[in-house]
Amino acid sequence: MDAKEIIARRVAQEVRPGMLVNLGIGLPSMVANFVPSDRHVFFQAENGVIGLGARPPEGMEERDLTDAGGGFVSAVPGAASIDSAMSFGLIRGGHLDMTVLGGLQVDERGYLANWMVPGQMVPGMGGAMDLVAGARRVIVAMLHSARGASKIVPECTLPLTAARRVSLIVTEMAVIEPTVRGLVLRECGPGVSVEDISAATEAALIVPEDVPQMNLG
Amino acid sequence: MIPEGAVLLIGGFMGVGSPHRLIDAIVARGVGGLTLVNNDTCRPGEGVGKLIDAGLVARAIVSHIGLNPVAQKKMLAGEMQVELVPQGTLVERIRAGGVGLGGVLTPTGIGTLVEEGKQVLEIDGRRFLLEKPIRGDFALLDARQSDYVGNLEYSLTAHNFNPVMALAADTVIAEPHHIMPVGVIPPDAVKTPGVLVDYILERAR
Repeated sequence: MDAKEIIARRVAQEVRPGMLVNLGIGLPSMVANFVPSDRHVFFQAENGVIGLGARPPEGMEERDLTDAGGGFVSAVPGAASIDSAMSFGLIRGGHLDMTVLGGLQVDERGYLANWMVPGQMVPGMGGAMDLVAGARRVIVAMLHSARGASKIVPECTLPLTAARRVSLIVTEMAVIEPTVRGLVLRECGPGVSVEDISAATEAALIVPEDVPQMNLG
Repeated sequence: MIPEGAVLLIGGFMGVGSPHRLIDAIVARGVGGLTLVNNDTCRPGEGVGKLIDAGLVARAIVSHIGLNPVAQKKMLAGEMQVELVPQGTLVERIRAGGVGLGGVLTPTGIGTLVEEGKQVLEIDGRRFLLEKPIRGDFALLDARQSDYVGNLEYSLTAHNFNPVMALAADTVIAEPHHIMPVGVIPPDAVKTPGVLVDYILERAR
């Protein structure tokens, strides 16, 4: 199982029946593949649909039905199309149960940076700032390191997405919960030891006596 | 009708729900110095990306430019000014401009670069950013269909910014895919009442 699949499978375990969930583009969008349909979850795409479904077969695409990445999608029975004011009203107003977003850095305060690298990459924040500020639960789904450098750091050096402590960090190596006391190591990835995680993590980790293996469903 | 330097609110999200015939017409006329307000800068050669390719946009107020390398290059070269606005803040700023509110208080952006130079208000113990309204000289909208009084009905994810922008410009031009006789669109299906719409132009087939 590759790193991204481990992350997507583990994040899918966080999805509870009846939730309204927003998945970011890229790795987070893979989570939907591992959420059983009997959980009756509605996925939101912030460009304007609640009840996002799979990509339609070729030739069946609907011109006006896309996700936030601009890709063609379908809508499940019970779906609703909404405008941007309603969509972000849901997000900011606390009606969105969970968002899953990618990350460039998360720090010991649990703050996320994921929208720009000054001087190199300035894509813009899109809906990310609203999602992190407003969703009930914010889950960061990302690889543990990038180009050999830990993405979990003492303090973000990149511009923050929000000054809010995220709910959970899921990487292929670990599940980490940001708390008022700091980052608590909750689970180890498949075949990974606590020592491996500590060595690969620049931030300080609080390690409880018992750190179980990730449940990948 | 659209002069040089106009502020244009243009509906659409990555080109979905954009008035493509109107965009093509602006490119053909070569009206420059525009301020573009849109969710994003789309892709080169598509949607509002065509206005940027043609060098007609002096300033863009958008939430995302990541899928348009031409927009990024022009921003870094100083040929186009870009104001990046969180998407939920952008839509509420336009709404404020359209419904007569003096601004929006939002928690989005607190503690980030977006806060710079803005007023922070504490209300009942929570901190909010004061974001100012946006209005346009023109709103250019896409709709699934209209009738002859300009009532608009939208389609799926092509709603996006269109219904809000319909409120926030001096002149509103809608580009429905079809123009139907009055009475065809039931009142409950109308999302933008025709009183807001000044002109309708059917999408070319």
